[in-house]
Amino acid sequence: MSHQPEKPTNGWEPRIIAFFCNWCTYTAADLAGVSRLKHASNIRIIRLMCSGRLDPQFILEAFAKGADGVLIGGCHPGDCHYIEGNYKALRRFRMLKRLLHEMGIEDERLRLEWISASEGEKVRSVVNDMVAKIKALGPLALPSKIASWDEEIAGNQELALEKEEAQHA
Amino acid sequence: MSKTNGHEIPRVGFYVCHCGHNIAGAIDVDAVAKYVATLPGVVVSRDYKYMCSDPGQELIEQDIKDHQLNRIVVASCSPLLHEHTFRNATEKGGLNPYFFQMVNIRENVSWVNDNKAEATEKAKDLARAAVRRVIHHRSLEPKKVEIHPDVLILGGGIAGIHAALTLANAGKKVYLVEREATIGGHMAKFDKTFPTLDCAACILTPKMSDVKNHPNITLWTYSEVTNVEGFVGNYTVTVKRKPRYVIEELCVGCMECIDACIYKEGKYPDEFNVGLSKRKPIYIPFPQATPQVVVIDRETCIDFKSGKCKKTCIESCDRDAIDLKQQEKIEQIRVGTVILATGYQIFDAHRVPYYGYGKFPNVYTSLEVERLVNASGPTGGELILRDGARPKTVGIIHCVGSRDKNTNRWCSRTCCMYALKLAHLLKEHTDAEVYNFYIDIRAAGKTYEEFYDKLLDENIHFIRGRVAEVTNWAARPSEEGKLVIRVEDTMIGIVRRIPVDMVVLAVGMEPKSDAQEVRRLFNISCSTEGFFLERHPKLAPVDTFTDGIFIAGTCQGPKDIPDSVAQAGAAAAQALMLIDSGSIELEPNTAHVVQEECSGCKSCLTICPYHALSRDEVKQKATINEALCKGCGTCVAACPSGAIKQNLFEDEEIFSEIDGMLDLQLVGTNKG
Repeated sequence: MSHQPEKPTNGWEPRIIAFFCNWCTYTAADLAGVSRLKHASNIRIIRLMCSGRLDPQFILEAFAKGADGVLIGGCHPGDCHYIEGNYKALRRFRMLKRLLHEMGIEDERLRLEWISASEGEKVRSVVNDMVAKIKALGPLALPSKIASWDEEIAGNQELALEKEEAQHA
Repeated sequence: MSKTNGHEIPRVGFYVCHCGHNIAGAIDVDAVAKYVATLPGVVVSRDYKYMCSDPGQELIEQDIKDHQLNRIVVASCSPLLHEHTFRNATEKGGLNPYFFQMVNIRENVSWVNDNKAEATEKAKDLARAAVRRVIHHRSLEPKKVEIHPDVLILGGGIAGIHAALTLANAGKKVYLVEREATIGGHMAKFDKTFPTLDCAACILTPKMSDVKNHPNITLWTYSEVTNVEGFVGNYTVTVKRKPRYVIEELCVGCMECIDACIYKEGKYPDEFNVGLSKRKPIYIPFPQATPQVVVIDRETCIDFKSGKCKKTCIESCDRDAIDLKQQEKIEQIRVGTVILATGYQIFDAHRVPYYGYGKFPNVYTSLEVERLVNASGPTGGELILRDGARPKTVGIIHCVGSRDKNTNRWCSRTCCMYALKLAHLLKEHTDAEVYNFYIDIRAAGKTYEEFYDKLLDENIHFIRGRVAEVTNWAARPSEEGKLVIRVEDTMIGIVRRIPVDMVVLAVGMEPKSDAQEVRRLFNISCSTEGFFLERHPKLAPVDTFTDGIFIAGTCQGPKDIPDSVAQAGAAAAQALMLIDSGSIELEPNTAHVVQEECSGCKSCLTICPYHALSRDEVKQKATINEALCKGCGTCVAACPSGAIKQNLFEDEEIFSEIDGMLDLQLVGTNKG
């Protein structure tokens, strides 16, 4: 994926859904705000109590509904407010990475970062870095891909039907 | 309570806050309000200058009544700041407070985005997500928990002492746990305190003995907290009481045993005098140590090292207080609230080798000088240097380990003032020429500036500039045998060499080396530099993000004695507020199992760190003990049948938030 050519973007801006845990990363994002650490506006944060709440379906839903990237933010290992929810998130993240890879979704589109409540600066650098990487990848446009797959399946079915009819004729 | 439920036709009220210029300066709030007005379900959409103000809240209340609203969304600051405010307004308007959703367009948008068009688009996306989410909200009841009235205070410095006495005097039972063999902390080591120059011991030791004698205070010194379980109002804390090999209840502090020790003289560095004198393996930290109980250091005691001591200490004690077989004791206590007052450590001057600490004997840290000028210190208050000489010239270097991007960036706040105080005391004790090398003098505090003025009249020299190095290399005969301070005097713009007999490093304050471990133990956060993080820098300076855990004193950040005491009082008041209200309402964000959908697969059982989940063997279904559930939602995400729901974070709520943010125009989803 490293040699992707610059894709024509004609005004396209990536949209990134972020799932941040309440205690560390969401607080860090607040700190970034209080410290006026300007960063790319492409990120949309959803607050969860713990990264352990992150259902892999949330991520798939985000991609399916048009997100170009998903960022997960949790407490550093050993720092989870709920003892070990972040480890659960890590496991699900790794599992999901493999699945997304199979689906042809590039690695950079799903990212997990441990960001503590004091790391407002890290929120900025991670967001900026992720936006830059996804801009280089270009749009994921999964919804339109799904639509064309659906068409393809429907088309195949029609073809099969035609064949069947031809055989019977 | 409201009669609305998830099936009723939504009537959403939306409010976007200007927050003065904070939001309206970066986001076109009018455009946001107009846009949201077009969304399905939205009945009222307004913008207002300050939503958190009384008129702002009344606007919500009135609209609920006038327009029969059943859902409220406010786009303003972080929910961590004002979610509670707007839930209250929602409730006052006659709705269940949880029919509310907050949109963070200040911290997450206006403060971090420069481009107004982009910021406005982002605000619209977030608002749309919240409007879609709030429709799925349910009526909930907050969880109420009782507050155990006892309090744990960790750290017996001036902050911990003050908090303990405040609570104990209010009739509350306090456990004061201190790691060292005595309470008193750093303040007990100081000579005099700025700017009044009253002696630290004279104002501290009466409070120390009050702690010891107070019927409501259980004082455990030489003890450490090893485990914390539970939640606000109901913490179970395990305390390890290290053996001091002297039975506390029997020892009267006569110190006969210390005299009887086979070591005739002290042999090991005395911690209380920061290594400037020696102590025996059996010792009492300092004359007014509280409790007045001897301690035996097993690392240095011959009997522990070889087992071949004559044990003269035991013979000498007519109360049989010495017990070399004493074991550590594990105590378990129940408390409702905790105050952390674990203090600071001084900057290690070895980290700035160019100032020669540890290399030149006559370079001292400020804490060492506190002991040197103290009448009960290692030299009885005589200023005798390590090489036996008495200084005729002294240089005090400010900001060592403070305001320095190579070490610590922060200002330690106390050093200017204590350096001025030490300058005064050194002048008084020795009549030496005293030079201060400073970047700025920060004398902010009641009568602090006046103290600085006074010193200017005492013929003390001030040279503005960060010192480059301390060297013993003599460039001219007058520098022979001296320490030479090289500094650019920025007032006159030249590099100067000042030969002195003694150098004092005004070292800064740092978080304790184990602050991170303590933080984890109590489930709180640290700020970037490693001090404990307060809930809000201005409005909740002694609260933490964990309910029932408060912070006071220098563990929160550098501060002087008056500020530490003030914070300790504030922390005590916060704890009192919880205790006297008897109970606290918690977020009703717990999880529950929808019995009909549970397949009894047991996937969730092992995933809960609080063992809140169990399996009903008769029904073959999982159940959640709500009292144990802390609302992380990990089990919800793990349930393969989607049978576990987390209040406030239900799947439907989050899916609709995701969909709302991305706004793909598809009809219906198979989720939820």
